[in-house]
Parts: sequence; structure tokens; C-alpha cells
Amino acid sequence: MATYIEHKANTRGHADHGWLNSYQSFSFAGYYNPERINFGALRVLNDDVVAGGKGFGLHPHDNMEIISIPLKGALEHKDNMGNTRVISQGEVQVMSTGTGVFHSEYNHNADQEAQFLQIWVFPKQLNIAPRYDQIILDRTRMQNTLLPFISPESADGGTYIQQDAWFSSGIFDNGKTTSYDVHSTGNGVYAFVISGSFTVDGHLLDARDALAIENPATVNIVATSDKAELLIIEVPMKPSSN
Amino acid sequence: MSRQPIKILAIGRNAEIMEVMQRLINVPDKRSGVAVTTDEEAEAAWQKETFDLVMLCAGIDEEAEKNLRNKIAQINPMTKVIRHYGGGSGLLENEIEAALAVPGA
Repeated sequence: MATYIEHKANTRGHADHGWLNSYQSFSFAGYYNPERINFGALRVLNDDVVAGGKGFGLHPHDNMEIISIPLKGALEHKDNMGNTRVISQGEVQVMSTGTGVFHSEYNHNADQEAQFLQIWVFPKQLNIAPRYDQIILDRTRMQNTLLPFISPESADGGTYIQQDAWFSSGIFDNGKTTSYDVHSTGNGVYAFVISGSFTVDGHLLDARDALAIENPATVNIVATSDKAELLIIEVPMKPSSN
Repeated sequence: MSRQPIKILAIGRNAEIMEVMQRLINVPDKRSGVAVTTDEEAEAAWQKETFDLVMLCAGIDEEAEKNLRNKIAQINPMTKVIRHYGGGSGLLENEIEAALAVPGA
């Protein structure tokens, strides 16, 4: 039987560094809440606004699957694998950091904010070779339906990460309904409202609210506003590879 | 009552990341530590001082992890051993806090 925990937007961690205004769904940096460490393999979901021209200088990561989803503006990415890319709203960046990656992410525009979701998932296997990928989301295929864009097998024209995880997103008109069937029994579903409002299995969620669902089979979704955008993250409930 | 600074040993194989770890685990009055890249360096470090926490970082495979955990348990069963994820990232503070909050983590 499915169990539910609501993560309301105003219960998230918050850090305002001037150049970075960050809301954290799970414990991160100076925000520590033992009740909000992770949801299965999902460890970080930061909702970040980066001031014009500012950003994260060169820094390392390892053994983490990192997914960045710009919601507004663009980020300029550089890494020690030789990638120099700009990632804009409507695109998704994935990094398997494995044995180690150094990278920087700066707001590409000096005169406007960049807003993005920074999501970290524990990898299925430790110490793999690092990998970078970037895809364009076809938003025309996201109208009133959930479009899968990350899966373990790189199916559905999306990309993949080193975890048995699936990411899907859709933009809905008021009153439209859909459902999400989990790919693997025992996986959890984290439903995060990017904009607008939804009921998810009967739970009313507004923008930036989330619902953590353990042991779902099918998740029933109703949009309760126009241009309502939802992100669905399905992850194994075993947190990490060890 | 002030708490003694926490002593941390970080062991990983990526030298550049361990340089960053060396900087991040040393916070005056809060914690001090040493970051190493080989098991021999780790052994030399724990012969010299007692650590509250050992963080296993990128590149430590399962076999090495098992050996390190066994050795550390023999030297000081009170030392907590955890995996560090993210390479000196925003998880570091959380991991330290969580490990030292949970008995026997």
C-alpha cells in the first residue's frame, strides 16, 4: 500500500548568499534536517536562482548522478572532461561524476537571473567513468502528458543516468488528468510541482510543493490550474550503492 | 561547554579531489583532519592520531573498503566510518553531522 509524505514548499531549507538564492528539498550544506536527508536514491533537489553573471566556480564532485534542469535563463558549463556548453531553459544536463569531475556552472547572462533545479541521485555503482550529456526537451510532447526524459536505458529519446531511475515531466491544462505507472515494484515516486497546482493521489500541491510516495503502483494526477508543470522522479528506495 | 574539534581522516584515490577534501575538512575550532590517497598513508595517519570519523571517498573499491573498515575497527572500534558522496560538495557538512549524531554509524 502506498504511503505519502507531503513536502510543502515553505518547509524546504533556504540559503540566500546574494549571488545564489537556494531552496533545498533535502538537507544540504548548512541546512540539516534529519527527517529530510533523502528519498531513496534521491539525495538533493535544490531550487536555485543564480544572479546575472554569477555562478559556481570550479569545484569537484564524485560518485553522484547530477541532473540540472534550467527553468529560466541559461547556465554556462565547463568541466575537466573538455566540455564547454551552454544549457538553456528547455534543456536537461546530466553528469555521472563517478571517479571525479571538476566543473563550473555560471549564469550565461550578465543581465538576468538563471533559475534551475539541481538534482542529485546516488549512483547504482561506485567509481564509474565520468560522463556528460545534454538533451533538448521537446515541450510540444509534454502538453497534457508526462514525457519521460531520463531512464536507465536511455529509452524514449531522452538520456540516462547510472541508476534505475526515471524522470518525466509534463505541462497540463486545468482539469486534465493523467497517471504514472511505476517501472519497478518497490520504487518510490517524488512528485514535484514546478508551476501551477495539481492533486496527486488526492493531495493538493501548489508550486514547489512535493509529494514523496513510497510503494505506489499507479499515481493519479489532476491539474488544478492552467500551465501547470509537474516533475516526476522515480527512484529505488535503497538509498545508495553500499 | 565547548566541544573538542572533530578529527577526520579522508581516504580516496583522486588526488585532486583529496586536495580539496584536505581544505574542507580543516575548519578552525570545528574540525581538523588529513586527506590521503593510499591505504599506507591512511595507516601512517591513524598510527599517529585517533580519528572520530573516517570518510571513504571516490576510488575506494569494495575490497579496499572492507579492508579499511576491518583495520579501523581493530584499531579503534569507536571510530565511525562512512562513505562520502559528492567529492567535497554540499553533502560534506550533512554527512559529518549525521555520522556523529548516530551511535555506531
